[in-house]
Amino acid sequence: MPDRSEDFLFPQVRRAPSRFPNPLGKYTLVIGRECENCGICVELCPHKVFQRGARRPTVKAPHMCQGPECGFQDHCCITRCPKRAITMRPNPSFELLGDKRWTPDLLASTWHMAETGEVPHQDLNYKTGASGGGFDRLRFVFPPRKGLFVDEGDISLSIDLNRRDDGRPKIRIPVPFYLAGMSYGSISINAMLSRVKAAKAWGTFCSTGEGGYPEELYPYDDHVITQVATGLFGVGEETIKRVRIVEFKYAQGAKPGLGGHLLGDKVTPQVARMREAVAGSALFSPFPFHSVYSVEDHKKHVDWIKHLNPRALVAVKVSTPTDVDMVAVGSYFAGAHIIQLDGSYGGTGAAPDIAKKNIAMPIEYAVPKVHRFLTSEGIRDQITIIASGGIRSPHDVAKIIALGADGVSIGTADLVALECVRCHNCESGRGCARGIATTDPELTPLIDPDWGTQRIVNMYAAWMKVLRFILKRLGMRSVRELVGRWDTLVHVDYLQPEAIQGELEN
Amino acid sequence: MPSKYRIETSVVPHRLVPVSFSGVVAWEEGCLKCARCAKRQCVYKVYETRQLNPQEMRDSLDFACKNCFRCVQSCPKGLIQKAQDPRFRSLGDSYFTPEIITSLWYQAETGRIPVSGAGYGGPFSGPGFDSMWTDMSEIVRPTRDGIHGREYISTAVDLGRKPMALVFGPDGQLSSPTPPLMEIPIPVIFDKVPWSPASNGVSEAILMAAHELGTLAITWNDQLNAGELLEKSAVVHLAMEREGLPFWAQEGIHMVEIDDSRDAISLQERLKDVNPDLVVMIRLNARKGIERRVSELVRSGAEVIHLKADPWGKEMGEEPRFVLQVARQTHFHLVEAGIRDLVTLVVGGGVAMAEHMCKLIICGADAVSVDAVLLIAMECRVCSRCSQGLSCPAGLHEVEAKWGAARIRNLMGAWHNQLLEVMGAMGMRDVRRLRGEMGRAMFFEDLEREFFSRLGARV
Repeated sequence: MPDRSEDFLFPQVRRAPSRFPNPLGKYTLVIGRECENCGICVELCPHKVFQRGARRPTVKAPHMCQGPECGFQDHCCITRCPKRAITMRPNPSFELLGDKRWTPDLLASTWHMAETGEVPHQDLNYKTGASGGGFDRLRFVFPPRKGLFVDEGDISLSIDLNRRDDGRPKIRIPVPFYLAGMSYGSISINAMLSRVKAAKAWGTFCSTGEGGYPEELYPYDDHVITQVATGLFGVGEETIKRVRIVEFKYAQGAKPGLGGHLLGDKVTPQVARMREAVAGSALFSPFPFHSVYSVEDHKKHVDWIKHLNPRALVAVKVSTPTDVDMVAVGSYFAGAHIIQLDGSYGGTGAAPDIAKKNIAMPIEYAVPKVHRFLTSEGIRDQITIIASGGIRSPHDVAKIIALGADGVSIGTADLVALECVRCHNCESGRGCARGIATTDPELTPLIDPDWGTQRIVNMYAAWMKVLRFILKRLGMRSVRELVGRWDTLVHVDYLQPEAIQGELEN
Repeated sequence: MPSKYRIETSVVPHRLVPVSFSGVVAWEEGCLKCARCAKRQCVYKVYETRQLNPQEMRDSLDFACKNCFRCVQSCPKGLIQKAQDPRFRSLGDSYFTPEIITSLWYQAETGRIPVSGAGYGGPFSGPGFDSMWTDMSEIVRPTRDGIHGREYISTAVDLGRKPMALVFGPDGQLSSPTPPLMEIPIPVIFDKVPWSPASNGVSEAILMAAHELGTLAITWNDQLNAGELLEKSAVVHLAMEREGLPFWAQEGIHMVEIDDSRDAISLQERLKDVNPDLVVMIRLNARKGIERRVSELVRSGAEVIHLKADPWGKEMGEEPRFVLQVARQTHFHLVEAGIRDLVTLVVGGGVAMAEHMCKLIICGADAVSVDAVLLIAMECRVCSRCSQGLSCPAGLHEVEAKWGAARIRNLMGAWHNQLLEVMGAMGMRDVRRLRGEMGRAMFFEDLEREFFSRLGARV
């Protein structure tokens, strides 16, 4: 049976290995001098770690190695090598990757998914990070036997983006995610194209961020969300009319209250032209909209967009202040179709560390707060809540939906699929040394958009499999059933094991 | 821009090569001498600019690397690896973490705000100051020009007692007293450092920095030897017998600190009899129930209260509260008693980052006092060797006062700018409005109670 959600055919997974000769994995393998090149290891390893060589096999894909667990299996190269020539040890560079939120394990499992489209078979924790709170302490509890009665192929993952009866198109996307705004300037055109093409393949959308609408994206108009943000960089009537969804960015979670900031080095002549600015000079996107001081002002903006483009839906992206629930209601009354709540863990741009760390309410609190309030106001079913800023894995997707979102918007995970290592240097000098968040003409070609598209497509393929599996085990036939189901979750810090009926996800 | 709204900074290089998180280990054996060597592709030119520091025998590879992993992943023989510098983890202690110390060093060197890309990668929350988030997300009431525009944001605070009303006599003349006020341009004063090798350079640097910044440094009265700097910038801590007030209480000095005691208020009065323009600050060690003593002092006429936790932010006694709770509960106590605005509350102990300053102010302090960070600005590693009488690996005993003062000024410049970022994002233009603005605070405990603590069971 083809993998489908309603009538949409999911894109095909094709293997997309790392761009670099040495992929980063948890373990390294060494074949010693004792090797007689019998080739047993090449034959045995189901994960194709080795490749035949002239004098002895080469370790082609150490990142695919299953690690010590493999020792219990018949195909273990170390125990089956007649000369005992193979040794495995932890890769010393591995533990230096990433940070508390994106642990080395999460990075490596995302790379695995982007390469293969499958959940990692290595001993990698692909479900949670090590932040010690929020997502990383929430777990699903699966009720006994319920999953038996659901066929995975029948589970719908689609969500509606227009839940108002306002005569505008009823856009339904086959998967509960779209791709978050990252501007031309903050990321390279090749990275941008990779994302937009992946969005098209998944039948969903990708936001342009606030950096204009490069011509290269025109073929994908129907899958582009164009952003209108406070700097109005590259915004014109023409761009607003091109698309099916227009997004207002009031604030971004990584630096709410501080607007955008593109350092001078990244403002190349191309970026400057796109943004109608001067090359080499830093660009501040002011905070906030200087013409919006009330819900009425906000409505005026929304009406303006709606008037310009009668077929467009309007999304409003806000950060999460203490009164985020009131902000959400305000957006509803202003006529928005989608409210995007942006938490604090995303972003490619430069942000003061003091802002990134303290900023606002973590998304894990903000989503249930808004969901609960909109429900009590009786308008929850007329607006779509999208959560973003810190969704790293399919488990995060499922958890935030269970906390009250309809779907998610993803940015950083896409970049990790493109082999971001989270070195936090996106903003400095020539930008990302790995060709992702840069506008440098020498670094940009490090990413081939076709390769990039496939990596992102693959990652989401793995995510959707996991999401379906979670829904199946919860006995649900649609991701829409999961919205706001706090009762499917427990928080490990408050866990009363005796009160649990069902299987606690590990 | 008028000078009171900005702090001049300039790059003040380290004396020692700083310790950094990780370096590169590159083997030469087995090198194929590729025409396009991975090392030559380095975006940051780490290999091309490689140097050996002969004094410390440090290879620049150990700290210049920016962790992009490209060479690690590109060398066809896999000869390049990353490795953590073992000295990094051994910096500081569990409170003054290696991350905090290296960030303070950066700020003291450059005077700039730490900025980075790609979101926040730290823990969800934590003990102490990390159990609180600030709401910096004012969507509808922003400053009209943000922080980069024309409107200045004031960070000045007043130290002293503030009358709640003015009384006029029948002749229209003011008949109520107007207690003296000291205005300082940043809400930070410098306290005595908690440890340090014997060094004139250190205390002189602190005094000099306080003088240049227009703020105050607390100096113990047995250390008075820095000449004219004292007059303008020192708060003399009076730690001597109470009989006979020294000559300097009479003129020059604007502010004196005394320890709390049963006769603290009468001592304050005697000091003010000698010099009516003197502002007197009463120092109290934070401990359980201290808020009651503070309110007693305020009722009997205290002008400035300096509430002090230990350098790690803990109060005295068993089950110590963290300084944030001490500030919050003291502030609330005074608010409930209706006397909060009479007094200036300076809170200190454990202030290690700019955000700690902001958070203490939000929790009710008018200003904060800093201690250990002054030493860290001068490259202290919080190794506690000096308290055991051992030599200082950072050479604090031979610090030059001018260099130290410039480093402290840079650090305060960076903190000042971070305070502006916070207030700009909150739509505030005066730090006096930030004080006690608890609506802009979110506490881990409260949010967990509201959302997650019920998620303990699933039936």
